[in-house]
Amino acid sequence: MSDSAIKIGGARKSAFKDKVMTLLPEGGNLNACLTCGACASGCPATGLDGMDPRKFLRMAALGMDEEILNSNWVWLCSMCTRCVYVCPMQINIPQLVFNARATWKKEDKPKGIIGSCDMALRNDTCSAMGANEEDFQFVVEDVLEEYQEAQPEFAEMKADVNREGAYYFLNQNSREPVTEPDEMVPLWKIMSLAGADWTYGTKGWAAENYCMFAADDESWEKIVRTKVKAVEDLGCKVWLNTE
Amino acid sequence: MYAQWIREGKLTPSSDWNKERGVTFTVQDPCQLVRKSFGDPVAEDLRYVVKAVVGEENFIDMTPNRSNNFCCGGGGGYLQSGFQEQRRAYGQTKANQILATKADYCITPCHNCHAQVHDMAEVNDHAWDTVHLWTLLCLSLGILGPNEREYLGDDLKEVDVFHPESAM
Repeated sequence: MSDSAIKIGGARKSAFKDKVMTLLPEGGNLNACLTCGACASGCPATGLDGMDPRKFLRMAALGMDEEILNSNWVWLCSMCTRCVYVCPMQINIPQLVFNARATWKKEDKPKGIIGSCDMALRNDTCSAMGANEEDFQFVVEDVLEEYQEAQPEFAEMKADVNREGAYYFLNQNSREPVTEPDEMVPLWKIMSLAGADWTYGTKGWAAENYCMFAADDESWEKIVRTKVKAVEDLGCKVWLNTE
Repeated sequence: MYAQWIREGKLTPSSDWNKERGVTFTVQDPCQLVRKSFGDPVAEDLRYVVKAVVGEENFIDMTPNRSNNFCCGGGGGYLQSGFQEQRRAYGQTKANQILATKADYCITPCHNCHAQVHDMAEVNDHAWDTVHLWTLLCLSLGILGPNEREYLGDDLKEVDVFHPESAM
């Protein structure tokens, strides 16, 4: 038995990991890794660009901040949290990835994600495809009228916009109103048959939030607050995120 | 939500349309809905709805599933990130799971999953079709019109069409 702990010299300080630990409950357990590899063995991103979740965490622990903060892998992990689910120590590797994304300069982040985030910030609709309030309301009312006529059983079907006091505030992915409006209708019919009391809002209707994927804290919070305000302004009880 | 409405009798889907046909379905558990939000109970509700809609004998689960499922590779901004080659390499894990079920359709109750699983079918010889749950729920309620079938395969384009005269 040795009488003193072995000290490994030369290790760099893990400034990035330590900083992220101050942000997370229980420090995200980022120092609790047993190196078992359950995370990496069940991760679809394992092997992409020579990286995997265990390696990413170990490199962070070893202070290899420059290497992991410059790795494209932070965009190849979808932050699905399966690694946390299977980890015996519940280590929050996805938050390490998210905070690594956040350190990237805006101009270096993937242009598609930044473009969708910027577009969503342009209107109160929060639509990443840039649909404005008038466009959305027009499409909904136009499609509704068409189906009320074509399918008389649904002549009384509703797809209200900005109706105060409705129980559900329903949001909608931008793809339907912008590119395939007929795909909105099955859900309307289901809501109608179930007798659900629901409304859309011209503000905050878009379901997506690419600013979160961009790890732009200020912007994704702005998007969420815009949406919450839209729900509260109409006095709705439940904010319903669709399929 | 759909499960609650079916249990309460507000929605009365029937899987009779698929009794003779025997078209098979698997379902993608969305990470955001299941693992990250409501856990296994909502995955059970999802299966309750799917079985009511397509028939229990026509449902084939993937392995692993529920909270332990594999992400499809559409989440986290992947679809807009520009890393197409890596996204498809990631998604092949999901594709292999779907292929192992040999199901005709994969139901995706999430928009990101729908886009990604649909794209993965494109690069896997169109081995399956990718469909929203709302489409099948309306089909099983007998209220799915001719213009609401974008994501049904040719085998189901003509099944129980509601107001076929309104086809455009």
